[in-house]
Amino acid sequence: MGFGAFFLLASLEGLVSAAVLALTAAGLSLVFGVMRVVNVAHGEFFMLGAVLASFVTSFLPGPPALGFLAALVIAPCLVATIAALSDRLILKRLNYDPDATIVATIGLLYIFQQAALSFYGPEARPVPAPFSIRVQLPWFGYSGYKLAVIAAAVVVLAGLWLFLTRTRAGLVMRATQIDRETATAFGIDTGRVYAGVFALGAGLAALAAVLIVPIQQAHYLMGHDPLLLSFITVIIGGLGSLRGTLVAALVIGLSDGIISVFFSPTLAKIIATLLVALVLVFRPQGLFGGAKT
Amino acid sequence: MRDFALPAALIAVLWAATMVLPAYHEGNLARIMLLATYAMGYNIAFGYTGLLSLGHALFFGAGMYAAGLAAEYGGVPAGPGLALGLLGGGAMALAVGLLALRTTGVSFLIVTMMFAQAGYLTILYYTPVTRGEEGIVLASALRRIGPLDLSADDTRYLVALAIFAAGLVVQAALVRSRFGRVMVAMRENEERSRMLGYSPYRVKLIALVISGLYAGLAGAAYGLLFGYVGAGFAAIQNSIAPLLWVLLGGAGTVLGPFLGTAAMFYLTDLASTITTATLMVTGVALLILVLFAPKGVLGTIRDRWAPWLP
Amino acid sequence: MAAMTSSVILSARGLTRHFGGLKAVDGVDFDLAQGEIHALIGPNGAGKTTFVSLLSGRIPVQSGTITLDGADITRKPAHARVRAGIAYTFQITSIYARLPVFDNVALAVQSRHRGDPGPRARAALARVGLETRGAQQAGTLSYGHQRLLEVAMGLALEPKVLILDEPTQGLADSEIETFKALVRSVAPETTVLLIEHNMDVVMDLAQRITVLNFGQRLAIGTPDQIRADPQVQSAYLGDTV
Repeated sequence: MGFGAFFLLASLEGLVSAAVLALTAAGLSLVFGVMRVVNVAHGEFFMLGAVLASFVTSFLPGPPALGFLAALVIAPCLVATIAALSDRLILKRLNYDPDATIVATIGLLYIFQQAALSFYGPEARPVPAPFSIRVQLPWFGYSGYKLAVIAAAVVVLAGLWLFLTRTRAGLVMRATQIDRETATAFGIDTGRVYAGVFALGAGLAALAAVLIVPIQQAHYLMGHDPLLLSFITVIIGGLGSLRGTLVAALVIGLSDGIISVFFSPTLAKIIATLLVALVLVFRPQGLFGGAKT
Repeated sequence: MRDFALPAALIAVLWAATMVLPAYHEGNLARIMLLATYAMGYNIAFGYTGLLSLGHALFFGAGMYAAGLAAEYGGVPAGPGLALGLLGGGAMALAVGLLALRTTGVSFLIVTMMFAQAGYLTILYYTPVTRGEEGIVLASALRRIGPLDLSADDTRYLVALAIFAAGLVVQAALVRSRFGRVMVAMRENEERSRMLGYSPYRVKLIALVISGLYAGLAGAAYGLLFGYVGAGFAAIQNSIAPLLWVLLGGAGTVLGPFLGTAAMFYLTDLASTITTATLMVTGVALLILVLFAPKGVLGTIRDRWAPWLP
Repeated sequence: MAAMTSSVILSARGLTRHFGGLKAVDGVDFDLAQGEIHALIGPNGAGKTTFVSLLSGRIPVQSGTITLDGADITRKPAHARVRAGIAYTFQITSIYARLPVFDNVALAVQSRHRGDPGPRARAALARVGLETRGAQQAGTLSYGHQRLLEVAMGLALEPKVLILDEPTQGLADSEIETFKALVRSVAPETTVLLIEHNMDVVMDLAQRITVLNFGQRLAIGTPDQIRADPQVQSAYLGDTV
């Protein structure tokens, strides 16, 4: 296989990473943008999605596609509910104070991790892919499922975009993001908006995890990398800008994929983390910051 | 002088404890004292100056690896090793602070977290040298200060106590000093402090560097006294740990860090005999603290009953 | 007029600051004479707070220069300007609410002098009449007393120029009288620049008045001159004076 083919392979791998990252980071971007809350447990919502998908598929008999489809619906909904509860019971009581929220979400992080460890176990377990078609390209065969993941992410993100820009609920969310006090004055129940946004953010992360879990196994510590990567993505893209987040996810996912194939994945991560630190220091608005969804 | 009475009493009690404690508890307490030194450093940045950082594991790790690598590859004895650790932590804090303190609040938190993560990954990247997660076990021959053998229980305990005592006294003096009052002012109202003539950047940088010195010394001492240097100490969990300890004991109190470290240590120790769910303990502890007792044990006591508590 | 013959302690030339498309301060020239009490008035949105924020360094200048006592301070950060001799009290009271009243003033004293801040802090508190409240938590003071505390902190800095941003807002009439007496006692060792909406206070205290409107200087003169100026009347005072 020539260099070009390797590059294409790396790019495809990068696109898969980018797809999953885009969904996860979109969730974080929403939460951060609307609620101004740093959710350190965001990676754990991702992990819970994967773990719950593993449970659902192992309990549902029949063809793997059925179990997977069920997981695709059930896991994000369950995680979204957990998130909404966390918001109402804990974050709301703290009045979304920045320092306190961070500490509380760290606490949640540990609790979710422990729950996964206790009920799911320390092993990494695979989930069977719904189908195993192989797409034959001129240079190599590529997993049809991975291509489906990319397609699914595009569909979901398009749906998210439409939801935020075309529906009333989306408008309410964007209004709350722009000016919480004015939104309240207009009769918007910001408490419910916050719970909804938090749930949506968590649901997106969980959905991303369900999509990736047939490729990458479910493990109770798997939330760590997505957390950092989605933070990096949201910051470089510009806080509060969904468009920026998506572009950044594409860039980071692709470069992570490409660098990982040709160089060390650790080096790629070092560069990414340093980059985001420097962006925050020198260009805090990110690439697209200030622009609204 | 009243402010020094309680710290002095604590040091005296800890010193007297060598005579009565069995080896197991002596070892634990030595660990606690070093980790409490780390926590005191964090308290200076977070408790007194209001800098919520998630990157202190970088300073702890810098000290640990400065001393550890110097010992392993350069045969540097423990005395200079501790000095290297101290300086390593301080230098790293200076480097990070120069950049990170150009941001505030959430951005500062993320920047520190990112720098620490980059440091941790760098340790892993150079695994051939640092032995990464597996870590380096230091031969006891390397762990000597002059005639003192640090691997001996009693010696180790007393060295840990000496370091902790120094840290405690410095902290007590610092918070009573002019600069200590300015640190608190910066935490309470940064804009007001600026308009009284204090440079926020400068004050915060000094506080962060002092906190880095503490962390570096604690890290070096931990590695040298217990003979193990590992990447785990530079991971994000070790940045969250001092936050938890300081919050539990009481942020912005002199004895809070020690109390929080000791309490958390024994709490997880106790919990691990009943259950394997030790992470849960940490998580629940954090939630309870932040929801119901944000000032921690000593902070709440000081607030309600004992305003004279240092 | 005494203010005209004494030296200029603080001056600005061509001071400009935009926010996006809005020209908050647009090429303003300004001279503050040493020892005077100078009022800055203008309708809401005229740019008064932005202007003094530029003077005190809280907002960076986009173009123009500022000179304090002959030295160019345009590029100096806010805290350095405070050390150079400018003190600023906030429009919305900004004190250390959780610290005792005494500590609040002690921090100001400490910025200026080495050694024990105690005696000077107590003196500053006595000057504003808060000497009995030293141990009280600053946030529990009444609004009027908090304003006085801010003035005490400003005085404790021993500034050359004391800038007061709407100091009497929210004060009861008796408190306003106390405040006026305080300002009169402060000048002429300290030069006072105050932003005010309360016209009685302005006319009573100020030796000279500058009027801003739409970010530009509309007029400058003595209270009588300003009262008589038709442009000022139409822009601001209406015809009630």
